Amino acid sequence: MKVLVPVKRVPDTAGEKKIDPNDRTVDRESVESVLCPVNEFAIEEAMRLKEQQDAEVTVLLVGPESAQPVVRKALSYGLDAGVQVVDDAVVGSDALGTAEVLAKALAAEEFDLVIFGNQSTDARTCLVPAAVAEILGLPALTYARHLEIDGDQITVHREHEEGWDVVESSLPAVVSVVEAINEPRYPSFKGIMAAKSKPLEVRSLDDLDVDTSRVGSDNAAAIMYEFRDRPPKEPGTIVEDDGSGAAATQLADWLVEKKFV
Amino acid sequence: MGELLVLIDHSESEPRKVSLQMLSAAKSLAEASGDTVAAVWLGPGADAAAAALGSHGAQKLYHWDSEDALGYVTLPQVSALQVAFETSGADTLLFASGNHTKDVAARLAIRLDAGVITDATDVEVGDDGRLVATKEVFGGEMITTSKIADGKHQFIGVAANAFPAEDTGGGAPELVALDVTLDDAATASKVVSVEKQGSSDRPDIGEAAVVVAGGRGLGNESGFELMEQLADLIGAGVGASRAATDAGWYPHRYQVGQTGRTISPTLYIGSGISGAIQHRAGMQTSQNIVAINKDAEAPIFQIADFGVVGDLYKVVPKLIEELEARKG
Ligand SMILES: Cc1cc2nc3c(=O)[nH]c(=O)nc-3n(C[C@H](O)[C@H](O)[C@H](O)COP(=O)(O)OP(=O)(O)OC[C@H]3O[C@@H](n4cnc5c(N)ncnc54)[C@H](O)[C@@H]3O)c2cc1C
Ligand SMILES: Nc1ncnc2c1ncn2[C@@H]1O[C@H](COP(=O)(O)O)[C@@H](O)[C@H]1O
Repeated sequence: MKVLVPVKRVPDTAGEKKIDPNDRTVDRESVESVLCPVNEFAIEEAMRLKEQQDAEVTVLLVGPESAQPVVRKALSYGLDAGVQVVDDAVVGSDALGTAEVLAKALAAEEFDLVIFGNQSTDARTCLVPAAVAEILGLPALTYARHLEIDGDQITVHREHEEGWDVVESSLPAVVSVVEAINEPRYPSFKGIMAAKSKPLEVRSLDDLDVDTSRVGSDNAAAIMYEFRDRPPKEPGTIVEDDGSGAAATQLADWLVEKKFV
Repeated sequence: MGELLVLIDHSESEPRKVSLQMLSAAKSLAEASGDTVAAVWLGPGADAAAAALGSHGAQKLYHWDSEDALGYVTLPQVSALQVAFETSGADTLLFASGNHTKDVAARLAIRLDAGVITDATDVEVGDDGRLVATKEVFGGEMITTSKIADGKHQFIGVAANAFPAEDTGGGAPELVALDVTLDDAATASKVVSVEKQGSSDRPDIGEAAVVVAGGRGLGNESGFELMEQLADLIGAGVGASRAATDAGWYPHRYQVGQTGRTISPTLYIGSGISGAIQHRAGMQTSQNIVAINKDAEAPIFQIADFGVVGDLYKVVPKLIEELEARKG
């Protein structure tokens, strides 16, 4: 079985983020970048398939050359190989443009299963997995909190607001995983060392059959044209309890005053 | 003059609150742009819901009554919504920014070469008649304004509680049945069963007006019984921090934060939650924030409108007592 795991480079949530006013993309120089933490769950699931079903796993990233450490980081968990699509023409793509590039990069590989994170921690659109599946004409079993593979059949528990749906499909398929699915391992020292020499292929759009009319900032369908920091919040009322719980009375008064009760 | 389509998200035959909120928003957008509002209902139940949809602003209701809408994964809904677009000639869609509806929007956007903006907290009609959407990025630290490129269909995913739902007394909408044929691919992935979990009396945290959330400070699983007791007293939903869901004290589905759900209730009450940046990413747009934490330095107090520095096991039971007394 061949499995592909698309991973994204994102700014560290704890770091301060800036948007570059010139091209309205995240100013990558100003903030530490990391492998999107949601992708760790996808990598872990792929590793389990590798261990249980002898799957061969390739990681795929669309992003500039400077994002290569993120591919190596993904490889350090024990994945087999990496593909990175690097092309200036991709800069400024919206989620659907990114999906077009990812879909065509996937189509250039052989695979039975693609495992996405359900979202990225920066954009959080959650659009990419389903859009990729649509372009490839494949089923998208997204928000998986559990997945099982039996021959060419896949069963997924898709999380939603009220619980989950148990869904079935045949492979090849696209899935996205939520963090409830597993507990990611840490890369081992051996894994980190081995990642440095794992095969990593770099492709440009010329190598792929990409519909460029969707790709790049000029072709982005969703255009962000203004941004501002969240206005700071007025300091609130803070009361100290004396150890008896009596401060709850003041809280109750406040809730009544605000008409919540 | 055209139609503005609103994809109604529903749980069985009940429209979700966010759907009525979207209709109210669509009504004022349509008034500004000179359009009319048409709801789209996929799956059984349109007849029963028609009156409520009409009174919230739907002038027309496209419906596809087939069980297939829910019996297979995503694709039947994509096909049906595509038929709605073709029938209506619309170029604008509002949809609820929920897990499964985003997939429907993403797939149809590829088919129609549309643009998509998700999780909009505000939508207006711009000077050029195109929609302008506000959304929060980087966990609510930054606020952005976006629109869809000229000439493309505009799909806007609306966040729950972004707009009030207003019953303006509109009459029943005109019903238009959609004629949908599904190809083999659309029925290739089957929904085998639906597992519903949790109390159906408690509102979903995504749309609840009040959310009571508990964290590691609860100390154990049974702490959530206290949270549920407070929640049920005030009609709230119950959420949790990742420390609490990771510990297995409460299901992941109720996790609030960067990798959980984003909520913006009118009132959030957090107990035993420190307010880590990843947690704030899911709740800092709440209109009013109450924090109960024994550590005065906990970052949650920086965004709290009302904070109690104290032991939650002293404060919350007392709060329940006080609120019960006031309710009489
Ligand atoms: C990639 C990533 C994604 C994440 N996503 C999320 C997410 O979606 N949601 C989320 O919540 N977190 C998320 N986190 C985790 C986040 O960083 C914090 O670890 C987490 O929010 C802490 O949960 P907590 O506040 O319950 O626990 P803690 O930070 O341990 O805080 C517990 C608090 O309880 C207080 N306390 C203890 N006992 C009492 C008592 N008796 N009475 C009153 N107060 C008491 C303590 O003073 C303390 O402030 C994520 C982390 C990462 C790295
Ligand atoms: N540039 C990218 N390269 C590789 N994978 C990506 C990229 N952008 C998004 N993804 C994948 O798509 C998922 C969902 O991202 P999003 O739709 O942006 O919320 C992520 O968890 C990744 O698995």
